[in-house]
Amino acid sequence: MADVTERIQSTINGNKIVLFMKGNRSFPQCGFSAATVEIFEALGAPFETVDVLADNEIREGIKRYSNWPTIPQVYINGKFVGGCDIVRELYESGELEPMVKQAAAVGASK
Amino acid sequence: MDASEIEQMIAGGIPGAQVEVRDYTGGGDHFEAVVVSETFEGKSLVERHQAVYNALGDAMRARVHALTLKTLTPAQHANRR
Repeated sequence: MADVTERIQSTINGNKIVLFMKGNRSFPQCGFSAATVEIFEALGAPFETVDVLADNEIREGIKRYSNWPTIPQVYINGKFVGGCDIVRELYESGELEPMVKQAAAVGASK
Repeated sequence: MDASEIEQMIAGGIPGAQVEVRDYTGGGDHFEAVVVSETFEGKSLVERHQAVYNALGDAMRARVHALTLKTLTPAQHANRR
């Protein structure tokens, strides 16, 4: 259990934008994961994905990590942003784009 | 599981909330919910959704495959009309 938390933390800290999802960006295995990938592709920012279907420890661990029972989950700059509904809402209100741009810019300056 | 059962669970966990749930596939496991509550005032979307998930407890993990959520304060709800 501690190991899973560490693995999740290093993934989240090692990437500006991470999607924990079902399947991968080319072959999402769930409509909500697919919709979330589409939003990040539309924004054109680099993002990492983790397929929870390929790793049951991560699948259960990530739900505990943010006290969030569903997949997908999005993390930007190490911080939990939300699931599909929240990401969609932030995208439609125009709040997501600056968050994503800022994360990408911080990455470039390092 | 049906929509009214979910409505009752959410309303029970968030007293005073106005809850509307729709089973959008008719299969009893894909739902869409609009929850309006004063307690959402000043809370982030993550905190609002967590409040709804907590109200559903184990049902969310075991019986509901998908729940599309819209969480609004009474003022936000009024603006939508």
